[in-house]
Amino acid sequence: MQLALSAEDQKFREQMRTFFTTEVSEDIRRAVIEGRELTKEQIVESQQTLNKAGLAVPHWPTEWGGQDWSDLQRHIWNEEMQRAGVPTPLAFNASMIGPVLAQFGSQEIKERFLPKTANLDIWWSQGFSEPDAGSDLASLRTTAVKDGDDWVVNGQKTWTTLGQYGDWIFTLVRTDPDVKKQAGISMLLIDMTSPGLTVRPIELIDGGHEVNEVWFEDVRVPAENLVGELNSGWTIAKFLLGNERVGVAPVGTTKRILARAKSLAGERASEPLLAARIAELENDLLALELTALRVVAHSADGEPHPASSVLKLRGTELQQAVSELMVDLAGPASIASGAGGDSALDEWTHHTTPTYLNLRKASIYGGSNEIQRQIISRTILGL
Amino acid sequence: MDFTYDDEQDALRDAVRGLLTKAYGDFEQRRQTTKVDPGFSEKTWTQMAEMGLLGLPFSEDDGGVGAGPVEIAIVCQELGRVVAPEPYLHAVVLAGGLVAACGSAEQRGELLGALSAGERLLAFAHDEPGSRWAATASGVSATEDGGSWTLSGTKEPVVQGARADTLVVSAQLPDGGTGLFVVDGEAATRTGYPTYDGGRAAKVVLDSTPATPLGEPGRDLASSIATILDLGRIMAGNQAIGAMEVALRQTTEYLKSRKQFGVPLSTFQALTFRAADMYVSLELATSLVQWATMVVESGDPDAVRDAAARAGLQVSRAGRHVGQEAIQLHGGIGMTAEYAVGSYTSVLTMLEHLLGDGSHHLTGLSERITDHEDLDPLAIA
Repeated sequence: MQLALSAEDQKFREQMRTFFTTEVSEDIRRAVIEGRELTKEQIVESQQTLNKAGLAVPHWPTEWGGQDWSDLQRHIWNEEMQRAGVPTPLAFNASMIGPVLAQFGSQEIKERFLPKTANLDIWWSQGFSEPDAGSDLASLRTTAVKDGDDWVVNGQKTWTTLGQYGDWIFTLVRTDPDVKKQAGISMLLIDMTSPGLTVRPIELIDGGHEVNEVWFEDVRVPAENLVGELNSGWTIAKFLLGNERVGVAPVGTTKRILARAKSLAGERASEPLLAARIAELENDLLALELTALRVVAHSADGEPHPASSVLKLRGTELQQAVSELMVDLAGPASIASGAGGDSALDEWTHHTTPTYLNLRKASIYGGSNEIQRQIISRTILGL
Repeated sequence: MDFTYDDEQDALRDAVRGLLTKAYGDFEQRRQTTKVDPGFSEKTWTQMAEMGLLGLPFSEDDGGVGAGPVEIAIVCQELGRVVAPEPYLHAVVLAGGLVAACGSAEQRGELLGALSAGERLLAFAHDEPGSRWAATASGVSATEDGGSWTLSGTKEPVVQGARADTLVVSAQLPDGGTGLFVVDGEAATRTGYPTYDGGRAAKVVLDSTPATPLGEPGRDLASSIATILDLGRIMAGNQAIGAMEVALRQTTEYLKSRKQFGVPLSTFQALTFRAADMYVSLELATSLVQWATMVVESGDPDAVRDAAARAGLQVSRAGRHVGQEAIQLHGGIGMTAEYAVGSYTSVLTMLEHLLGDGSHHLTGLSERITDHEDLDPLAIA
């Protein structure tokens, strides 16, 4: 057992720290640190800065822009990025569809999509959930029927995050209605400018527009946009969702916000109840970070350590708890979410409640925390 | 950065596990052992000595093995797994650790040699009525007369204080500060009694009792005591995670085998989710305790103090959660002395209160929150 990073990893960490704090636009990092919503252009600019330096998709195969890094180096990259307030590369591109296309896509699909996906020239949306298929994803009903060289798609997807910016959507569709529900699903890549495709906004409790409904009415999709084998969508989805859980505990970001909470609290940080609350959160975050390091040290052949469910479960709980702390720190000023530039209140206070409300999603998406408990009790405890 | 044991550490763990499984693999053996004084098995203690476990932390010059904190942690985890009643933490880590840190070469050779060989049991007489995990003493005073020292006052609870051959006693010095003294067990008035975890403790009354200063006479050793208590917290944490691991395993096995309403309890999601939460608590505590054990190797007392408090807080939260749920998920059987799981909860409760509970550690951490911006667990090396 050895606590210190090797000299090589230490040097790597310093390189990452330097790059993130000097090469990514100060405006963008400032916006992240202040808790402001980023524009599409800022997210694209940030990812392109990373991609130019080979830092947008390090977990991809090297021939498609990945880096031959150890799991620990990937972890350090991720933590330092969050710590510096650099927006993490768009998850739909970098963590979800990219690895799927690299693993299951034809050579033609890889060449056509992967470089643009890494560089965020294409903004991907995720078309998995449906009104009656959330945690029970296999119950999805959107159909794709073969007609000549095209698939004709009909149905509705929901909770499509940032779908208003989407250029393409990776979609699970039912291609065989007559078999066991998991066996009749395929993955299709659909151009969101296709006729018959409509994106409708869903307003959320934080007042923002982050998710959407996507409707398909006789949308024609060329046959070559099928990913992998026909009816292999369930396998692909499991691969994708497995990747989604890795790195889903935003330890670096939560630590940064907690450190900021301390400085914003000022003299109040010495009030016993507040100090105890902060100290306990710090300790829980430390335990989580160390658990992430143990998971990184033990993951074999790219398979996530079973305890990665702990990271999702506890990581989102702590992320939510720190957002709750920020609301409480803002006090009555937290009510003024709609205040503009001439507000007499500190700007950070405006963002606290929308962020707190928005983050209630964290324990729902990516496999709800109840699903994580199910995974732990079944897979790890054998119950 | 590496969280795995090397081959020698693996071999040590296997050897310790083998010995302790033979002694206490059957819970009834533990129960019978703790029923009669001194509450632990002299035979097992001797076997631990023969295996070199009692001399693990001490230098070879002092009759020990010269191993590091990871090796001591391995022994503590294994003791925790079978809730072994042997007073390793008290005699070796605390009392022995103080002799190693503060004693003269002669004292170290004599006391640690005999402790390592299993010939002499040491106890650390430090807690006093009214004290709460302080590193200083005030209930026992030391007096010097022509180079001879005596102690007066009361220490309680002193774990294994009645059985111990030699007491390491903390006492207030004539010029202030806290010193450490070696007292022959027979020289003190000792009233022993059983404790709820199957252990033994004693009231130790000193009345102008002859004592030998540990190390240089008259020196304030409060900071050495504080550091040993911190090491003890981290090793108690290791013992606790061993105990929690087994308490969780017993609980999951019970949920799979026990039928109610014609089906195994594991078919009820309300119960399996609670077991999943126990696992989360255990994993997080394990991470912090392993980290704190590695911080000990850094040798920086401030870093060790901080790590001990953090591990103590996490183990307190996890120990209560896992221990309480283990009994609840077992139902009535968990309340019985014949069945093991309740004893695990007893031992977890003892370990927490031995060296500082969660509130105690949280208070200290709260006072220091503005010392840092964010915590970097890899910075301490």
